[in-house]
Amino acid sequence: MSKRVSDEKYEKTLSFRFKQWFEGSKDPYLDVVEMKKQEERPQIQRHEQEERTILERVYDIEHNAKMRLFQKIYRVFSIVFCISLVFILLAAISHLPAIGTEERPINNEVSQRYIENGLQETGAVNIVTGMILDYRAFDTLGESHVLFIATGTVLILLRKEKKKKEQEVLEFSDRIYEPKNDVILQTVARVLVPTIMIFGIYIILAGHLGPGGGFSGGAVIGAGLILYLNAFGFKKTERFFNMKIYQRMSLCALACYSICKSYSFYTGANEIHSIIPLGTPGAILSSGLILILNICVGTVVAGTMFTFYAMFRKAN
Amino acid sequence: MQVFTILLLGFLIVCALAASFSKNLLNTILVFMSYSLVMSVIWILLESPDLAITEAAVGAGVTSILFFVTLKKIHAILKNNEDEDIDQEEGGSGE
Repeated sequence: MSKRVSDEKYEKTLSFRFKQWFEGSKDPYLDVVEMKKQEERPQIQRHEQEERTILERVYDIEHNAKMRLFQKIYRVFSIVFCISLVFILLAAISHLPAIGTEERPINNEVSQRYIENGLQETGAVNIVTGMILDYRAFDTLGESHVLFIATGTVLILLRKEKKKKEQEVLEFSDRIYEPKNDVILQTVARVLVPTIMIFGIYIILAGHLGPGGGFSGGAVIGAGLILYLNAFGFKKTERFFNMKIYQRMSLCALACYSICKSYSFYTGANEIHSIIPLGTPGAILSSGLILILNICVGTVVAGTMFTFYAMFRKAN
Repeated sequence: MQVFTILLLGFLIVCALAASFSKNLLNTILVFMSYSLVMSVIWILLESPDLAITEAAVGAGVTSILFFVTLKKIHAILKNNEDEDIDQEEGGSGE
């Protein structure tokens, strides 16, 4: 907030005179230099009128034969285009090998390798997690970064200027309707939120043993956080989770993921054996780096889900 | 089990058609939610529980909530208690 200046002082400042001149109410050179006050330019008015008539005539479909012809041709061509596209795609599909035959592209050595050696090489009982976080961990890293970048973009789009923030957020955003203290919702949330959280943490931690993993567990935790936010409002939620914590959290998780994965890529590609033991398959502390990577992905996803929702609510 | 799967698949198709033909955006989101839920059951029947968990959490949960919030932002859900909301809006927001 800038200091308030009295009106008399303000009238003497340069900015006030500039504003007057800009609005055309007073010309600063009127007495000094011979000059007329600016008038409404008839040219602009004429231009506007022309534009209006053009628009009227263009969209006057009843008297415009060309427009009608164009619309008819447009309809016919769009139908023809769609049908031809359908036929082209169907023709392309008909050239693919039939389902169940051996020449299909999915019948290659990769899946066999995953199924036969997956447990030995990754130490994960759940082959899917072994694939996602070991053989194809680079893809997963990209996915996590995409989530982080998406949040960053939404943050930039929905951000407010800092000056306005303090007042306007309080007055105009959703938050004033926020804590309605709905008894049913709060009671249900008290029971459900801890259950959802524990289930999400279980899904993340047991990702290499059973179905689940970082992404699904993170989504579950994010949904639980959203439920908590809806029940108890922004004020209570921001005591333990706000934008700063989210940024640090996902930065740490992404950095940790990158470091772990660069280590395993380095050791894997250079014939150096990794010093991290794979452990006995089936134990919770097994399968090398997969547990850590799962936790990292889960953190990023949970934070992203929640932050998306929070920003959508906060923004005007 | 076969009959159950076919029933679910039929429901899935009905849901997809209903979601695209419904005029009311709120109904579309609700139908889309149920589509995701049925889809997650089908993923379990297809023996991929990983995808089932993800579909239930993301498709039926978070995506629908984000859709709801978006609809609220563009003032598409006001129909039910229009009078109250409009009073509040005029008093509170200066958009």
